[in-house]
Amino acid sequence: MSLCSKRQSAGWGKSLAPWMSRGAACGALALSLEARADSPMTLFSPADPQAQSIYGISLFVLYITLGIFIVVAGLLTFVLIRYRQRPGDENREPAQIYGSNQIELSWTVIPILIVVTLFLTTTRVILGTEAIAKPKGALEVTVVGHQFWWEYHYPKLGIVTANELHVPVSDEEHPTYLEVTSADVTHSFFVPRLAGRMDVIPNRVNEAWIDPPTPGLYLGQCAQYCGTQHARMLLRVYVQPQADFDAWVKAQQQPARQDFSSDRTAAEGEQVFMHNACINCHAIAGTVATGRFGPDLTHLASRDTIASGAVPNTPGNLRQWIDDPNSLKPGCLMPSMHLNAHDLDTITAYLSQLR
Amino acid sequence: MSTIPAIKGVDETQATQRARTPGGVIHEWLTTVDHKKIGILYITYALIFLVIGGVEATMIRIQLAVPDNHFVSPQVYNRLFTMHGTTMIFFVAMPIVFGFGNYLVPIMIGARDMAFPRLNAFSFWISAFAGVLLYFSYLGASGLYAAGSAPDVGWFAYAPLTAKVFSPGHSTDYWTLAILLSGVGSIGTALNIVTTTLCMRCPGMKLSRMPLLVWIYLVMGGLVFVTISPLTAAQIMLTLDRYLGSHFFDTQAGGSALLWMHFFWIFGHPEVYVLVLPAFAFMNEIVPVFSRKAIFGYPAMVAASVCIGFISLSVWAHHMFTVGMGAAGNTFFVFATMVISVPTGIKIFNWLATMWGGRLIFATPMLFSIAFLFQFLIAGLTGIILAVAPFDWQLHNTYFVVAHFHYVIVGGILFALFAAFYYWYPKIVGRMMSEKIGKWHFWLFVIGFHLTFDFMHIPGLLGMPRQIYTYEADRGWGTLNLIVTIGVLFQAAGVLVFVYNLVRSYYVGKMAGPDPWDAWTLEWSTSSPPPDYNFAVLPTVKSRRPLWDLKHPEDPDSDYEL
Ligand code: HEC
Ligand SMILES: [Cu+2]
Repeated sequence: MSLCSKRQSAGWGKSLAPWMSRGAACGALALSLEARADSPMTLFSPADPQAQSIYGISLFVLYITLGIFIVVAGLLTFVLIRYRQRPGDENREPAQIYGSNQIELSWTVIPILIVVTLFLTTTRVILGTEAIAKPKGALEVTVVGHQFWWEYHYPKLGIVTANELHVPVSDEEHPTYLEVTSADVTHSFFVPRLAGRMDVIPNRVNEAWIDPPTPGLYLGQCAQYCGTQHARMLLRVYVQPQADFDAWVKAQQQPARQDFSSDRTAAEGEQVFMHNACINCHAIAGTVATGRFGPDLTHLASRDTIASGAVPNTPGNLRQWIDDPNSLKPGCLMPSMHLNAHDLDTITAYLSQLR
Repeated sequence: MSTIPAIKGVDETQATQRARTPGGVIHEWLTTVDHKKIGILYITYALIFLVIGGVEATMIRIQLAVPDNHFVSPQVYNRLFTMHGTTMIFFVAMPIVFGFGNYLVPIMIGARDMAFPRLNAFSFWISAFAGVLLYFSYLGASGLYAAGSAPDVGWFAYAPLTAKVFSPGHSTDYWTLAILLSGVGSIGTALNIVTTTLCMRCPGMKLSRMPLLVWIYLVMGGLVFVTISPLTAAQIMLTLDRYLGSHFFDTQAGGSALLWMHFFWIFGHPEVYVLVLPAFAFMNEIVPVFSRKAIFGYPAMVAASVCIGFISLSVWAHHMFTVGMGAAGNTFFVFATMVISVPTGIKIFNWLATMWGGRLIFATPMLFSIAFLFQFLIAGLTGIILAVAPFDWQLHNTYFVVAHFHYVIVGGILFALFAAFYYWYPKIVGRMMSEKIGKWHFWLFVIGFHLTFDFMHIPGLLGMPRQIYTYEADRGWGTLNLIVTIGVLFQAAGVLVFVYNLVRSYYVGKMAGPDPWDAWTLEWSTSSPPPDYNFAVLPTVKSRRPLWDLKHPEDPDSDYEL
């Protein structure tokens, strides 16, 4: 980075000429490194050993290419200045040179050497990521992409949830393995601070793994165009200390709350929900609602956001969502049910109780 | 020494006199089989679509200028980027490089026309029809009486998004048919270019004396055969899926989404070279003339072009590093992709060596060429960055990729095309383009280009995916996107200045004469614009630079060449 800030004065700010773009490239690099703090999806702030190793090789290539750029662009600039036509020599034809085998050989061999170096380094990282056996202690999660939301299964723990992935703080022996597939079109699972993306392809299961050592919330989003609301198919990964994760698992394993004797509105809302088309698309464990076209709502109230991270999970947003999903996420696949205000209030009250 | 007979004194034929009335002019252009006229048709058509695609790009950029923008709806936005990509590749870039090829290839090899003039006309008109068909989807995609809508599946149209369940209506069919038909035109023109080059060279023009431009068009033509065929096959399979119940890409019935990707990218990647090779071709003609030196290492340049042609066929899956190909597949495609940078590097170094020791004249064609060299260098380097598969796991489908390929297509190909316009316009029209306005064009476009595409890399590094109609404010991409959008204004201004220059010079430009740049290839030996038959008497050449030999009888090239 010091390399860059020194050159920065040479100016990406006034990138007036192509030969200034050296400054631009360099400034861009400096800028992006500095911007790591305020961008939650930057690869320059890896939070997982795998992302870390990608970051390492990324810097390595960035510096090699920067080096090549400086040499070649420097030569070009030199040629432009040194051999420009000057007043007075308009009629002189320079000596005609048709080629030179030695020189041409040298600029064939040097790039080959660089390529070999880069190739070997790259191969090491590829093998380190893709060619390792799954450890016994791995936690397994199945990720299913849907047109514009994410479904998560924990097959060994008996949990089904949506849109917010919870994983424990982990290490090499106890990573989280993601088996990713799609229910409809191709998507891509992309949480840059944890790992490179993995495409989510129908009729095919891909495997990815993460082992983040620090708790926190890591953001990402679908990275393969999948239709109208591709932009709002966001990803949230909650990395929790083991104890917190265990508590979360325990809560999620419970069926949905059904005793609403203390809350008449919610009880009424449950009835409205169970008698509407909602149950064709949504599942709530322990009830007649078993639809699988939309997200599982069993513990909806335990989530921070709704509609795949599109809006915070507040009663107001929830009510607006149920009333007219298109107003929050135009083009999403949940239709408006045209419920009256009373039904909207009660369903909202009911769903808000599903912790 | 070469013999290039003067062409003065040849009578205007009756046909050209008849063409003087307005009706006659139109009839003449609609029915022409002259390679020069067809070339001009191709170029004009491409310029019209360039403006349309540019307007789409501008709307895209306005929408992305700030987070959570509501300038257009997601539906409209998705159509915009699909149409922008499809238009720019199939109805701007392809026709424009074919246009220049059509015009230049015969004349540079001392021929009077293409090998198959009528096929040539057919190819142009079928491509033109395809472009109109694509845009007719705005009216007709769901049937004229329902609302029309344009394709919205992205320009690479990944299956199964294109399946009937996910893309009902007819917009995807318009896309499919438009591409299929434009492919027919491309194959026809490629066939013509290859045949013309192999069979129609004038006496003395051995393959080893062919201008590099023609060599490259030969390679490019060959590449078109190999790449358009799988694309066409894929479109047919897709249509079978949609209408006749086959399941090639229908994942719901056991089809494969990956199969489409392979088909598309085995077309898609070599396609990049189909487009960028002509850019190299223009450089090979322009850089030597404005450096006043012969091209450095002609045999190496030919070899590099041929190598690029072949290697480009083995790199397609670098568009698929994230589909879970596994370590072996990824490693292979990393290697193939990196290797292609070697012949490309040779080209850059040879241009540098051509300029070394020369006398560089900074006329507008040369300015665009110099910018090309810098920008293509950067584009190549970001290409290497993306070839490093693990880095690509982070960058794939982000704005870094978008910035990279726009560096190739705009910073490389479009700049080379601008250079070509300024260089050959005098030949085609007979008048010079204004140098002063040309410099305005150059600087506006350079500033705009760098504002837009330099800064576009950064949101990519910060994780911004492509093809999203809006983004969250908390992502930290806002300011950068605003700068990117501002750059578009400069580029648009540059293009307007360019179009103004084209039109204005047609009427008031300085008369060019046959050889305004003191150049060395055969097209400059005939009048500007050349007569219908190009050469009154076919020339005979003895070296790669026949006009150099003519101008320097004391020191002809033929003494040095092998
Ligand atoms: C046709 C199927 C369908 C019906 C009927 C339907 N939904 Fe949905 N619902 C969906 C889909 C699909 C989503 C995911 C939308 C997205 O994020 O793009 C969704 C999302 C939701 C969410 C947000 C879940 C989350 O975790 O983000 C809630 C809450 C919800 N629906 C409630 C309801 C209620 C209440 C009803 C009945 C009044 C209902 N839905 C009827 C398909 C349906
Ligand atoms: Cu998606």
